[in-house]
Formats: sequence, structure tokens, C-alpha cells
Amino acid sequence: MTEFAAVLVFLGALVAFVGSLGLLRLPTFFERVHPPTMGSTVGTMLILAGSMLHFSVLESRLVLHEVLIAAFLTFSTPVTYLLLGRAALGRRPPN
Amino acid sequence: MSLEPAIILVTLAQILLALAMAFALARLLVGPRAQDRVLALDTMYINAMLLILTFGVAGGTRQFFEAALAIGMLGHVSTAAAAKFLLRGEVIE
Repeated sequence: MTEFAAVLVFLGALVAFVGSLGLLRLPTFFERVHPPTMGSTVGTMLILAGSMLHFSVLESRLVLHEVLIAAFLTFSTPVTYLLLGRAALGRRPPN
Repeated sequence: MSLEPAIILVTLAQILLALAMAFALARLLVGPRAQDRVLALDTMYINAMLLILTFGVAGGTRQFFEAALAIGMLGHVSTAAAAKFLLRGEVIE
């Protein structure tokens, strides 16, 4: 069971890594808004699932504290990127 | 974390997350406009939260969970405030 949790954590870290790589590589701002959401949705959910599984096995009871972070990020991520996208739309182009 | 492959996988996950934070830091330094820097800062917050969660899994202690929760909340508030400032020129009107 612990190896399965480690695999979940590794996959989540891989998804977050690919998201940050896209943030560095893509050419324009509105393309760069997309990749970090990989890390803040799928990557976070995988790492939180791995953490829940690991601590549930470790303490031999159901540990669900990580659902707090998952629920909070589910609400906060769209709000953040919506505000940022609106701000980028409203700003005048350089020069 | 008593078995060997699990420790290797979690260490690799920590290295990947540290590299992801380095990429976001590079975008924060390079980023041509202010919204790029705000986006890179938000990505760094998310990656730092994931890295702290990974520390908790590797060490088997539950104290890291509260730190991850606080960093997630502060990241959202700071990014929303910075985006509001870029949108209006003021944070609280």
C-alpha cells in the first residue's frame, strides 16, 4: 500500500513539473495561463490522494484532513485565474 | 516509508517539484509583463505547497499538513490581491 501511495505522489509531482515546464516554455501570456492549472488540479489531487492513503495506512484509521486542501483549491484556483485573465485582458499592450 | 522503492519514488518527486519551482522562478525573473510574474508566483506557491506535502509523506509526520494548508490559502489571497491591483490599480476600493 505504501508503494502505491509513493507512486501517486510521484505521478502528481510529474504532472506539476510538466505544468511548470509549460509555464516556462510557451510563448504568449494567454497560452502560459493554461499549464500551471495542471499542477493545481491533477497534480494536487494525486499528491493529496497519495498523502491520504499513506497516513491512513500509517495510522491504521481513515485520515481525511487533505480533503480540506482539495476543497479549498477547487474553489480558489478558478477565481485566481479568472481574475488574472481579466486583468491581463484589460491591460494595454506594451509600446 | 520502510520499503526502498517508495523512498526512491518520493525523493524523485521532491526533485521534480524543486525543478518545477526553479522553472517558475525563471519565469518570475524573465517574464516580460507583470501578469506573467504574478502567474509565476502563483505557480511557485502551488509547487511549494506540494513540496511541503511531499515532505510530510516522506517523514511520516502530520505537522506539515497545516503548513501546506496555510501556504495554499496565502497563495490564493496574494495572487488575487495582485491580480486585483493589475485590474483596477487598487486592491480594495
